[in-house]
Amino acid sequence: MKKLLGIFGIFLFVFVLTALLSDRFLESYNLENLIRRTALLGILAVGVAFVIITGGIDLSIGSVVCLVGCGVPWLLVKQSCPLPWALALAVIVSLAVGLLHGLLIAKLKLQPFVVTLCGLLMYRGITRGFTGDQTQGFGTEYKGLRQLATAEVPLPFVEGFGIPAPCLFLIVVAVLASIFLNQTIYGRYLLAMGQNEEAARYSGIRTDRMVILAYVICSLTAGLGGILFALDVNSAQPGSFGNFYELHAIAAAVLGGCSLRGGSGTIMGVIFGAGLIQVLRNMITLVDFIPSHIEYAVIGAVILCGVMTDETVKRIVRRRLFSK
Amino acid sequence: MSDDDPRRPWLEVRGICKRFPGVTALDGVGMHVNRGEVVAVIGENGAGKSSLMKILAGVQPADSGQIFLEGRRCQLASVEQALRLGIALIHQELNLADNLEVGANIFLGREPRRFGLLIDKPRILRDSARYLARVGLKLPPTRLVGSLPIGRKQMVEIAKALSVDARILIMDEPTSSLSQREADQLFEVIRDLSAKGVSIVYISHRLGEVKELAHRVVVLRDGKKVGELRRDEINHENMVQLMVGRQVSQFYLHRPHEPGEVVLTADNLRTLAYPHRSCSFALRRGEIVGMFGLVGAGRTELLQTLFGVTPALGGSVWIDGRKTAVRSPIDAVLAGLALVPEDRKQQGLILDLTVRNNLSLTSLRRDQKMGFLNRARERELARDMVRLLKVKATGEGQVTRLLSGGNQQKIALGKWLSLHPRILLLDEPTRGIDVGAKTEIYSLMESLAEKGITVLFVSSEMEEILGMSDRVLVMHEGRIFGELPRAELSEQRVMRLATGQLPEAA
Ligand SMILES: Nc1ncnc2c1ncn2[C@@H]1O[C@H](COP(=O)(O)OP(=O)(O)OP(=O)(O)O)[C@@H](O)[C@H]1O
Ligand SMILES: [Mg+2]
Repeated sequence: MKKLLGIFGIFLFVFVLTALLSDRFLESYNLENLIRRTALLGILAVGVAFVIITGGIDLSIGSVVCLVGCGVPWLLVKQSCPLPWALALAVIVSLAVGLLHGLLIAKLKLQPFVVTLCGLLMYRGITRGFTGDQTQGFGTEYKGLRQLATAEVPLPFVEGFGIPAPCLFLIVVAVLASIFLNQTIYGRYLLAMGQNEEAARYSGIRTDRMVILAYVICSLTAGLGGILFALDVNSAQPGSFGNFYELHAIAAAVLGGCSLRGGSGTIMGVIFGAGLIQVLRNMITLVDFIPSHIEYAVIGAVILCGVMTDETVKRIVRRRLFSK
Repeated sequence: MSDDDPRRPWLEVRGICKRFPGVTALDGVGMHVNRGEVVAVIGENGAGKSSLMKILAGVQPADSGQIFLEGRRCQLASVEQALRLGIALIHQELNLADNLEVGANIFLGREPRRFGLLIDKPRILRDSARYLARVGLKLPPTRLVGSLPIGRKQMVEIAKALSVDARILIMDEPTSSLSQREADQLFEVIRDLSAKGVSIVYISHRLGEVKELAHRVVVLRDGKKVGELRRDEINHENMVQLMVGRQVSQFYLHRPHEPGEVVLTADNLRTLAYPHRSCSFALRRGEIVGMFGLVGAGRTELLQTLFGVTPALGGSVWIDGRKTAVRSPIDAVLAGLALVPEDRKQQGLILDLTVRNNLSLTSLRRDQKMGFLNRARERELARDMVRLLKVKATGEGQVTRLLSGGNQQKIALGKWLSLHPRILLLDEPTRGIDVGAKTEIYSLMESLAEKGITVLFVSSEMEEILGMSDRVLVMHEGRIFGELPRAELSEQRVMRLATGQLPEAA
């Protein structure tokens, strides 16, 4: 709970600051877009949070987004594959990617960083290969399907503002993830393992299976995110689609209180982390006196500050705990 | 008194108080240490011994109270300052960097330099070899600490403390993970230091060694000093009387058991530690089997292989007459085994989880409701176990790291009891546990055996082995060198086997 307060405070601060600096920020069109982007990033971040909680990392998310996000329109439009088949294939591929990562890490004891770094390179390369490096999109077809990402669910009593559809996906993902993490024995196993894998193993927990599960969850959410991203933008360039998304997702998770050392994290925190990052990016485009090409510098600095505050607060709490 | 009056205490504290949320760890404690004196501090688990020592070594500040060094009032604000004043502490829980070499650990933070920048490696090697020799460790200083068994790590800690040339050396349960031989070596070092004028403050739950070693004993109970014993007053009864506040009469409540049918058979089992040796033995229902051996004899590895932590290199295990492949701990758990490992900090517990979550970790699977946590059951189970084992904690929600060492050990044991295993493997089960709690654990082992549970326990404490076992297996260099039924138990016989000599005829 205390952890949530920190990230929520920073989020609120940046949000209010942006609202003060730009009068376009609170317009409903902008807010809708902001929520949509937050939701899309949030889905990826919730997935990677599971991996981070076990003490691992997944660098391949952006490339899985690319693989699935380019692959689905390619199947539908270029290969005239029936929709159910295309979607089923997307799920199977994401699942297989996660399973591969998990097996290599849990069974062959390869380092997560290395395995997923290779994934990052491979999946983008494969995508550029089978698409012939051509931009993929749904064109003017699949209007109904695209609604999944572009529609707005109107709110009663609020004129001209609706909840973007991806937000509903995020809510479903987040609720499932929270329940899984906090209410099931497997969530408890993940947290326990993240703290001390050896002791967890000695307690009769199948730690290798839990590791595999975490990577599968992560790749599945990346696949879901990939489809939604592609439906949203309708033009996915294999060379750049999803670039750096893994870093944004990891940053969101870390801002949300997932320690890269493993063993901690809350889903709500991760979602606020994703929100913070998207508000920041929005601020940089909206506020005139911030040149938009320094975007990464600003985001990097804010993440650093966030993590530093978090660590300092934790240290103070710990000192009080141990020496008061 | 002149300045170098040998009777003036080197270190004196008065009225030390220390409160933690929910507990008063120390309540107006005073004590002093004279030059060259060996002072033993004893008391039950959670009495405040470690807390007091941490204050003396500058690890944590006292809430109130005064500290005098050679009669002058001083502050001990940090470990560095305490070290500068000549006070060094060896923690109860080991504090070594596993990924560094032995030598690098000894000089961690105080590395000798060349040209002010480069670490003087040759000097580290030379000097650390000297300190290692002083504690009788025959190790190259280039060994990785992570590859050492826990007893050796403890000796490295002691070598490290020696290397700062402390005038007052505080040792918090140094022998709890040492074998008899290593402990004897340590006592040599302590006597030698004491003769050279270094003062030693020594915490231990092993009253035998306190009697052997201490010039004076300070007894704490519930954060207060309840008494002191002079050299001639130090005996078992007096110490226990002061510690517990009552007489602990019968220490070992051993009742012979009628062993039932064979429940576990190990057939030519080979472990990673001794790939070319194999072990065969059988355990029966409802018996308590002690396993003795010198450190390095392969006892821990044998238990770990039985429990599936490390794979067996060969041989087979039969449980209830069925050949059982134990590839990972979960296989062992499902077959009815439980292991309380030797290293509670790394293997037995997840220190940053609460007491409740640690206690329930093993039984979550059993108590689940279709994958969901059964929190009511979890809470109930933790409450029962805390009560059964008389764990001293502010509540089941307390973070396990904050418990005193002995209480942590109770949690490491308790997490398995709730699972009702049929075969309980215990690796040094009473390490760091006070006399009262030891008796409780012994009677617990008794009552488990009476219920038909098989207990196999490894111990380096001869008394415990002789007092508790129906039968003793003695290991020597990776194999079971001999077996003694209770009727034939004697210290000499066990020791002969442990050192690899065949039992004398007749
Ligand atoms: N940092 C802390 N926060 C909260 N409580 C603490 C902390 N450190 C110690 N305690 C509590 O203070 C009491 C005294 O602990 P201490 O470690 O000094 O006991 P001890 O005498 O060394 O016991 P043992 O023989 O089991 O090692 C215990 O109840 C313990 O739980
Ligand atoms: Mg202690």
